[in-house]
Amino acid sequence: MADEQKPEGAAPPPKPAAPAHAAPPKPPATMVTTPWESDITALLKERFGEAITEFSTYLGQSFLVAKPDAVIPILEALKLELDFDYLVDITAVDYPKRAERFDVVYILYSFARNERIRVKTMIQDGARPATAVGVHVGANWLEREVFDMFGIEFEGHPDMRRILLPEEWEGYPLRKENSILRQDDAWVKENLGIESGQ
Amino acid sequence: MPEATFLDATELVINMGPQHPSTHGVLRVILKLDGEKVMGTECVIGYLHRGVEKIGENRTYQQFAPYVDRMDYVAAVSNGLGYCLAVEKLMNIEAPPRAQAVRVVLTELNRIASHLLWLGTHALDIGAITPVFYCFREREEVLKIFENYCGARLTTHAFRIGGLQYETYDGFEEEVKKFCDWFLPKVDEYEELLTNNRIWMGRLKGVGVLNADECKEYGVTGPVLRAAGVKWDLRKAQPYSGYEQYDFDIPTGENGDTYDRYTVRMEEMRQATRIIRQAVDRIPSGPIMGKVPKVVKPAVGEAYVSIEAPKGELGYFIVSDNSTQPYRLRVRPPSFVNLQALDRMVRGGLVADVVAIIGTLDIVLGEVDR
Repeated sequence: MADEQKPEGAAPPPKPAAPAHAAPPKPPATMVTTPWESDITALLKERFGEAITEFSTYLGQSFLVAKPDAVIPILEALKLELDFDYLVDITAVDYPKRAERFDVVYILYSFARNERIRVKTMIQDGARPATAVGVHVGANWLEREVFDMFGIEFEGHPDMRRILLPEEWEGYPLRKENSILRQDDAWVKENLGIESGQ
Repeated sequence: MPEATFLDATELVINMGPQHPSTHGVLRVILKLDGEKVMGTECVIGYLHRGVEKIGENRTYQQFAPYVDRMDYVAAVSNGLGYCLAVEKLMNIEAPPRAQAVRVVLTELNRIASHLLWLGTHALDIGAITPVFYCFREREEVLKIFENYCGARLTTHAFRIGGLQYETYDGFEEEVKKFCDWFLPKVDEYEELLTNNRIWMGRLKGVGVLNADECKEYGVTGPVLRAAGVKWDLRKAQPYSGYEQYDFDIPTGENGDTYDRYTVRMEEMRQATRIIRQAVDRIPSGPIMGKVPKVVKPAVGEAYVSIEAPKGELGYFIVSDNSTQPYRLRVRPPSFVNLQALDRMVRGGLVADVVAIIGTLDIVLGEVDR
């Protein structure tokens, strides 16, 4: 069809001039939280005082930030006094530029209250936070996975070994300095007999 | 823990798997035996580790969506639903009602497919060969619906962030309804084969008991928790995708043994059918996609969203730094957490029951290892 045989390189129709109004406001660079207050926070504030630095809610989900030493007593108080008897998950987040490099996140749920909260703490690289196995038996494998992926060793853990990766593996894959392509090539070569898994 | 016996001197260590048909994938269990008695176990996992969480950090939100199908590959639709809900939560958007109803229909169909696969293989492990053929026959019909809907049978990638990619095909509702009518009597057929079968009861009753307190201690969820008598289901406790509109019951057991887990899952299939029938009748008309920007860039923040997957609580914890890729994406897999209780369940039992207990936990190694 004749219409389709336009000469190559025909100029596209001129773009309409940019609208005059200002660019949309830049989203904030930090998490915009609202304070969290309930009977939980009241009890914890009274009990732990300065050890808990923040009670916040984001998107309707409540969390608290505590100093590393206070985490296990907090988990214990939450379990015994406030019925947070189900440890959903333990995980970590790596912020390499921060002095306290890792966030360790404990997600808790209470069957009785039908409520979910998070306990967060910040630790330095090489710090050894105490294990939660004494409070929640299920923390065992979850902490092993955090160790496996981030190299955070939990003090007092009964079996602090890698869980998903082979035991001789070098490096911790979920640390930000490891790109998705980087891996333990020596291990791959020795054990799989190939140059690279990539 | 069982008392030590004179046989301790000859404690036998046996390796089961990773290439063993009844470990349902590549699970390696090191068994410490005293005669026929299991004194302890150790699970060696990670053979299927692909670094899903690392991949998540290196893909955009939309690009990562197909990867979640490959974790629990027998319940890919559930994985996708959890992921989409988590990103939607971070972006503060909601799928339109039509999309939500279709999501419920497909997710519940997937629950049936997942439970059918469990029933077939679990019965096969225990020595009942017949059910596996029936289960796969029925599962095939579910997979056909998926295939008609999105072109894939297992790794469906059925949902998109903010809604659905595809409109339902012509005759979708009729086909789903027909499936429900056809499927319900089949559940009775399985029950006729198994429920009062003396061998089945002998192999299952009192085996692998995990009571409610132990379940909570270990964080075990899903049918395993319900079989221990805890009436807890995220679809009721914290409804998502409009589950609050549908009538259904949460089946529970009493003893927390393998037999109760069997009856709970059988009833869950019936309840899933019940939900599907209601949902498919009420699919509203309207758009299938919410208002989602072309570039998904959630504000700085974090959210944990979980759903009731066929195996238990499947959660996604996502940290966003206002870029197109998640800063951190954590998957809370039900299989991984449930598998941890294996040791407690098999200790003191017989070695033959290990197979039954692995089957009743209903793990998928793709999800355990990620």
